[in-house]
Amino acid sequence: MAEPLLVVEDLSLHYRTEAGILRALDSVSFELGRGEAVVLLGESGCGKSSLAKALLRLLPRNVAHHSGRVLLDGTDIMALSDERFRRDIRWNRISIVMQAAMNALNPVVKVGEQVAEPLLVHAGWKRAAAAEKAAQALARVGVAADFMDRYPFELSGGMRQRVVLAMALITEPALVILDEPTSALDLLTQAGIMNVLKRIKWETGTSFILITHDVGTSSELVDHVALMYAGQIVETSPARDFFREPAHPYGRALMASVPRLHDRADPVHIEGNPPNLLDPPEGCRFAARCAQRFAPCDREPPFARLAGGRRALCWLFDEGGRE
Amino acid sequence: MNEQVHPASASAQALLTVRDLRTWFTLRKWGFLHAGTVHAVDGVSFDLARGEAVAIVGESGCGKSTLVRTLLGLDRPTEGEIVIEGESLGTMDAAALRRLRATVGYVQQDPYGALPPFMSISKILAEPLRIHGVSDRRERDRRIRAALEEVGLTPPDEFLEKFPHMLSGGQQQRVVIARALILEPALIVADEPVSMLDASVSVGILRLLRRIQHERALTLVFITHDLSTVRHFANRVFVMYAGRFVETGAVDDLLDTPQHPYTQALLAAIADPDPDNAGRERPVPGGEPPSLVRPPPGCRFHPRCPQVMAGLCDREEPPAFEPRRGQTSWCWLHR
Ligand SMILES: Nc1ncnc2c1ncn2[C@@H]1O[C@H](COP(=O)(O)OP(=O)(O)OP(=O)(O)O)[C@@H](O)[C@H]1O
Ligand SMILES: Nc1ncnc2c1ncn2[C@@H]1O[C@H](COP(=O)(O)OP(=O)(O)OP(=O)(O)O)[C@@H](O)[C@H]1O
Ligand SMILES: [Mg+2]
Ligand SMILES: [Mg+2]
Repeated sequence: MAEPLLVVEDLSLHYRTEAGILRALDSVSFELGRGEAVVLLGESGCGKSSLAKALLRLLPRNVAHHSGRVLLDGTDIMALSDERFRRDIRWNRISIVMQAAMNALNPVVKVGEQVAEPLLVHAGWKRAAAAEKAAQALARVGVAADFMDRYPFELSGGMRQRVVLAMALITEPALVILDEPTSALDLLTQAGIMNVLKRIKWETGTSFILITHDVGTSSELVDHVALMYAGQIVETSPARDFFREPAHPYGRALMASVPRLHDRADPVHIEGNPPNLLDPPEGCRFAARCAQRFAPCDREPPFARLAGGRRALCWLFDEGGRE
Repeated sequence: MNEQVHPASASAQALLTVRDLRTWFTLRKWGFLHAGTVHAVDGVSFDLARGEAVAIVGESGCGKSTLVRTLLGLDRPTEGEIVIEGESLGTMDAAALRRLRATVGYVQQDPYGALPPFMSISKILAEPLRIHGVSDRRERDRRIRAALEEVGLTPPDEFLEKFPHMLSGGQQQRVVIARALILEPALIVADEPVSMLDASVSVGILRLLRRIQHERALTLVFITHDLSTVRHFANRVFVMYAGRFVETGAVDDLLDTPQHPYTQALLAAIADPDPDNAGRERPVPGGEPPSLVRPPPGCRFHPRCPQVMAGLCDREEPPAFEPRRGQTSWCWLHR
């Protein structure tokens, strides 16, 4: 098997807060192949944005603990100095569209200049060449060249989101992380942007980590699903298998809660709340809400390997766990 | 059945009747120069029967919030008539308007900004009762507890003295709904009640609204972007585009056999979870919703419509047609 583009091993990230240490990520591991896309699915607060930021080392000041290995093309980028990480990795090899980034564009800088900025700042390009490249990047995401000279406030939300996307793509990174790239947008705008992402994936072989809590939208792009719950990855599966039938009980509950346009059966609401990350329960973190809970769930579950390259953090799939 | 109809002919038992409603906003430069008129709601008519649940869908900025705010007396109509329980909104005095607000529960857009941050849940829920003359403390307390139970925030004692920031987004939204219910209104208007919430949380909220609507035989109007939920929570759907209705109908008909090209485009853009989605592009009409200051002539969707008929759609406003029984579509294709 070819070497994966990205291997994440035991990545942990804890924040210091007034109420104690908050375990936003606990020992997260997954892989991503070249030209492939994975979605991080999971409810609000489960750690999706924290994972994105941990990968790119865009961390707030109150980090209490950050550890693990992140291999990009076989190189451990966690071991690089901050200086080298900034110069060689961030923007050049991995870029990100942050949650709500379209509202964070600089209001007094013209669109074309903002899109060219990563080339000027991180890749040392000359102005004229960068401007030409910016026009190409904008065209690629469906923004006409005459928008180059406009200011962000003159653009609709959908157009601004495309601009942010062009910024992330302009350095031709191997991996782009998209944190809720369409969540505040209208249906038609959303579908248009997903079309753009698909085309870029097909044409350039860029890899994507997509973050969303919209399961339907995620199926527009991805080859794999990484399901998160309370700071952990609890299942990784090929998208085809996951969307047919998730392995982890949380995945099954989540899929049952998704309303479908032509389905007459009611979506099912998952009762209860996720655990407090300041003091997560020992054993399985989903156990309190799980319909299939049994005695072993009080102990920490194994990350069981299943057929078809699937994995699930659950005692149901462990021989030793059954009574 | 390709006949032209007059939408929503007046009916005796309607809770609410709206006729040719227009709500325009004047844009001003430097506070006084006229700089244009936003035609946010521009000729909308419908009836709401008692006990029905209606979903209003459409793109951002098409006038959904303005429409319901006008019904609540929060925005002033420029033209047209609104009759609630037999009484015309236009002729109501201040006291009648206050009574109206008590008969309509409002769940406003943006749950996070909806609750005052420095008030406890019990104070938040006591306020509408106090304003509307429930002066007995014990009676207020009883109704606050009942409302919390009704929205599933149990036991009430656990929530009464909490402040909004101590609750999750879903719990905050339940408080907003409890506040809308506490005066026992006949009509509930919910403006995107779940747009900021997780799928599983939002299913819980929508089911709650539906249960309350059934139990109390309430009329429910809710605005949503999410067409895949409307079948479960509405009997009828109104599709809005640029200040107008483009299609209305019973929920199953509208979702299964959409008649207007705009409704068809919206439905085609919805992604149900399906791995095959990743391998195909979706048909999406180009362009963006039009300016409401200078809306396009003729059909407002014509610049983006894949089936536009030059010389007609770009000139003449389409009237209401009823291409299928009970389904009204404002489109020349049905002529
Ligand atoms: N800088 C921080 N300091 C302390 N706690 C934080 C910080 N950033 C995030 N958290 C907490 O870490 C947990 C994970 O947050 P994160 O933003 O990663 O979640 P998420 O899955 O992206 O959620 P959403 O879907 O709402 O964006 C949450 O409990 C959050 O409150
Ligand atoms: N008080 C106001 N003054 C001027 N323009 C306004 C006012 N309120 C709304 N508008 C404009 O009227 C139009 C319709 O706005 P409205 O909030 O009703 O849309 P909406 O369909 O609810 O959108 P969304 O889905 O984003 O909530 C928009 O162009 C908006 O900018
Ligand atoms: Mg996030
Ligand atoms: Mg609105």
